[in-house]
Amino acid sequence: MDAQEFIVEVVLENKAAARDPVGTTIQKDLLAKKGYDNITNVRSGQYLRINLRAVSEKDAKEIVDKMCNELRIFNPVTQNLTILKVSKS
Amino acid sequence: MTIKIAVIQFPGSNCDLDTIHVLNDVIGVEASLIWHNHFKEAQFDGCVLPGGFSFGDYLRSGIIAAHSPSIDEARIMLKDGRPVIGICNGMQILTEAQFLPGALLRNDSLKFVCKWVNIKVENNKTAFTNKMNIGDNLAIPIAHAEGRYFTDNLKELEENDQIVFKYANEKGEITEEANPNGSMENIAGVCNLEQNCLGLMPHPERASEKILSPKNTTHGKLFFESMIEFIKRRTS
Repeated sequence: MDAQEFIVEVVLENKAAARDPVGTTIQKDLLAKKGYDNITNVRSGQYLRINLRAVSEKDAKEIVDKMCNELRIFNPVTQNLTILKVSKS
Repeated sequence: MTIKIAVIQFPGSNCDLDTIHVLNDVIGVEASLIWHNHFKEAQFDGCVLPGGFSFGDYLRSGIIAAHSPSIDEARIMLKDGRPVIGICNGMQILTEAQFLPGALLRNDSLKFVCKWVNIKVENNKTAFTNKMNIGDNLAIPIAHAEGRYFTDNLKELEENDQIVFKYANEKGEITEEANPNGSMENIAGVCNLEQNCLGLMPHPERASEKILSPKNTTHGKLFFESMIEFIKRRTS
């Protein structure tokens, strides 16, 4: 199979046990104060959009997953990594 | 014997020259500024990872530097029993490199905090605290935005005596008010199991001369004097 270009979207966020003052500030100091008191929680994170060449969507996902684990793109002590979406470029 | 210390310079380091000055002019050893790609451990008795913003703090503070070849050299140095200290961004690098347990998160206040604080000595057996006493309350400045210490294994740290410093008030009491960043258990510094690697958020190189201290103290000197004492003991 020929390699083609894919886009893998990744989100890194703090684990539940690691407080996220950015998310808390957005919720308490902005949303709640502006009347959005139905918002019960906000967690902030980082978003990476990675373009790569791979033979399939599965292959693209596996490459990114391996890379993120191997190079500690996320810190497993404090963060979780989620692959949000894999699509063709 | 001339004691040789390497101060590793990463793109974005900014406390490197202060550290060189203290080691050369206050402590009186031979300290060299070494670009991170050029560091060769065999030429040195110990090394310092200084404060700053290595690689612009991109992705996470310290993570890019943790993949630098200098970290492989530092790993050899530590295995051999030589001392390695990481100050501020240096501590962030050492935790990301997994030489030290835990991680540093964004301050609870979300602000960059720059002020003099007190830290209490919890372990005086390390390569950098052997000139201190347990319970000593040191005056030393901090300057960071990501210094909130977090570990998922606090019990193990306590059992292994890896907590070296805790933020305290002027009386030496460990209180919530004295915690400048929300660190777990007020932790300001931790060491590895072998106790030859220390990471701390406060800056001893900014607290080694009376002229820099609002209280005329020189507590920062104790870190470097301990390091030299440790090197002398292990090489004698």
